[in-house]
Amino acid sequence: MENITKIVERLGGVSLLPVAVALIAFVLIGAPSSWVTLTIAGLAMGMMIFLMASGLSLVFGLMDVMNFGHSAFVSFGAFIAASVLAGLSGWLGSDLIILNVAALFLAFAAAILFGMAAGWFFEAVIIKPVYKDHLRQILITMGALIVAEQMILAIWGGTPMTVPRPHFLEGSFLIGDVTIEVYRSFAFLLGLAVYVVLYLTLNRTRIGLLIRAGVENREMVEALGFRIDRLFVGVFMLGSALAAMGGAMWAGYETLITPALGGEMMIVVFIVVIIGGLGSIEGTLLGAIMVGLMANYVGYLAPKLALTSNMILMMVILLWRPNGLKPAVK
Amino acid sequence: MSTTPKTTTGTTVIKTTVLLIGALLLFAPFLFQDVRALEVAARICVFIVLVASYDLLIGYTGIVSFAHTMFFGFGAYGAAIALKQMGPGWDAVAVGALAGVGMSLVVAVAIGLLSLRVKAIFFAMITLAAASVALVLASQLSTITGGEDGITYRAPTIFKTATKLMLDEDGKVMRIMGVKLNGKLAAYYFVFTTSLVLFYVMVRLVGSPLGTVLKAIRENEARAEAIGYRVVSYRTFVFCIAALVASLAGTIYAIWLKYTGPDTVLSFNIMIDILLMVVIGGMGTMWGAVIGAVLMVIAQYYLRDLMGVAAEATANLPVLPELLDPDRWLLWLGIIFILLVYFFPKGIAGTIMAKGDNT
Repeated sequence: MENITKIVERLGGVSLLPVAVALIAFVLIGAPSSWVTLTIAGLAMGMMIFLMASGLSLVFGLMDVMNFGHSAFVSFGAFIAASVLAGLSGWLGSDLIILNVAALFLAFAAAILFGMAAGWFFEAVIIKPVYKDHLRQILITMGALIVAEQMILAIWGGTPMTVPRPHFLEGSFLIGDVTIEVYRSFAFLLGLAVYVVLYLTLNRTRIGLLIRAGVENREMVEALGFRIDRLFVGVFMLGSALAAMGGAMWAGYETLITPALGGEMMIVVFIVVIIGGLGSIEGTLLGAIMVGLMANYVGYLAPKLALTSNMILMMVILLWRPNGLKPAVK
Repeated sequence: MSTTPKTTTGTTVIKTTVLLIGALLLFAPFLFQDVRALEVAARICVFIVLVASYDLLIGYTGIVSFAHTMFFGFGAYGAAIALKQMGPGWDAVAVGALAGVGMSLVVAVAIGLLSLRVKAIFFAMITLAAASVALVLASQLSTITGGEDGITYRAPTIFKTATKLMLDEDGKVMRIMGVKLNGKLAAYYFVFTTSLVLFYVMVRLVGSPLGTVLKAIRENEARAEAIGYRVVSYRTFVFCIAALVASLAGTIYAIWLKYTGPDTVLSFNIMIDILLMVVIGGMGTMWGAVIGAVLMVIAQYYLRDLMGVAAEATANLPVLPELLDPDRWLLWLGIIFILLVYFFPKGIAGTIMAKGDNT
């Protein structure tokens, strides 16, 4: 028994959990082709959720600030990207791939720029006065969420909005007898790229070193003469930008978005952050992939359970590890 | 320094106001003789109880829960399903109320034991997730809950508008000061009395030694634990009490409305309303709950009319009519809410009560 524990630890410990889930699902589903499709869908979904959740987790880890208004960035990102894409529909329809890519790039850039600006504003105006006061933080960010949602309703109206996709991301391709949607693989690859960049920044650069040190022991880093609060503004802006980007990708994935999107995603993001453990990027990725996979497998195997699967997953993991799978050292 | 609570002129002002509100609510059917005003009065009664029970959590114990509407919904759906299945009658009301309370207690204990050990923020997030699951379940399990449409049913016979409580010599409904003594009046007084009883129980609860322990936990958790109070047990207990009261308030509201649906008892908007009422009124004072509930419910019913007028008046200007649209009233409330949390974290009641000399 001890040997098995050691082997599991060496192979990656809790990081193996998604693999285990995938294997169990493979046995239960039976058909390999649908299993591959579901797994890819789950991974793509997980990556998009990871983008939305990573900022929240980092902000909490670094500054002990919980932003209940985080999902406002997601919905604003989605709606801004959708508006840009709708405005550039001429470019999207063209056969020139360069125009397609340019339109997509502009849409993402608009969402990210907005996320950064809004993040700065949010940090400076809403959150700065209530550092270290959890109760008022929760209340104020909740109030900000209400205002943001109402602004979305005022600007874009309450009706669902269709999101045009670039031509080259439409359709699907076949490998053997497995159909893979192009957009899903695109979302997965982009999410993976963001994770790799984030991971390298956090683990290989000086700024990353400071952020990790700040998460672990903020006072000590400040005592050594570093301005953690400035770093925090940067992390907050990055987190909001990532959330807006996640929202933009989600808009393209769903192709039909409503103002309720932010609220729906907020629950998922919270569950991911709780499962993964607050403050760590690896944990957030793990949690996001677990949620993505579970949502797709359960949706296929037992559609009636799909609504509560995330909740059950969270309960089980919290009973097993009350601080989440991979919490940052605290 | 004295051990008795300080009595300031502000406290007297607030208590007088609350008494006045109570008197107005008691005579509401006679003072405001139209259907809409009675709706407003009944809603105020129910929300005072709901907000006060939420204040037990957020104001007295420092627990932030977003699942309060879930318990409200359990009580309402319990009564609604029982009244629908068993027909109108007091047995159905009793069964529904008990089922709602039972369900609330089980869920509250489960959530409490699972997550009250962890930080306040975790708890807030977990309750938010639980509440959203409850909302989704209520709208999906349409065979039991009626789905998005909700359930319409009949209340016990005594509350029917056609019921005559007292007859005059001609065999018609007796009138007192022009008010018909019919079932509607009985229903209002049922709502008023039960709300008053529940509110009184809560006032006694926070005045008891238990209330003092709760405040101690809010102020300094580690110290309360060190003195020898089991913090987790106390928190779970008060969470259960709040859930129980919210569930009963839900039952009362279901009997009054004769309709229960996701929008009236479970939606996230109601949770936001409760939050706003607690913060506007003042956290940590039962009187604040009364003031907050009264102001918010009146604003809900009458502010929208005002905003409609303002939107029409500014129709020629850009942007403004969009922002002044009656549907956007939450936008303004949200801004007021943020400003209140910044500048008057104690709310109306708390701020006024701190003013004035000790008498």
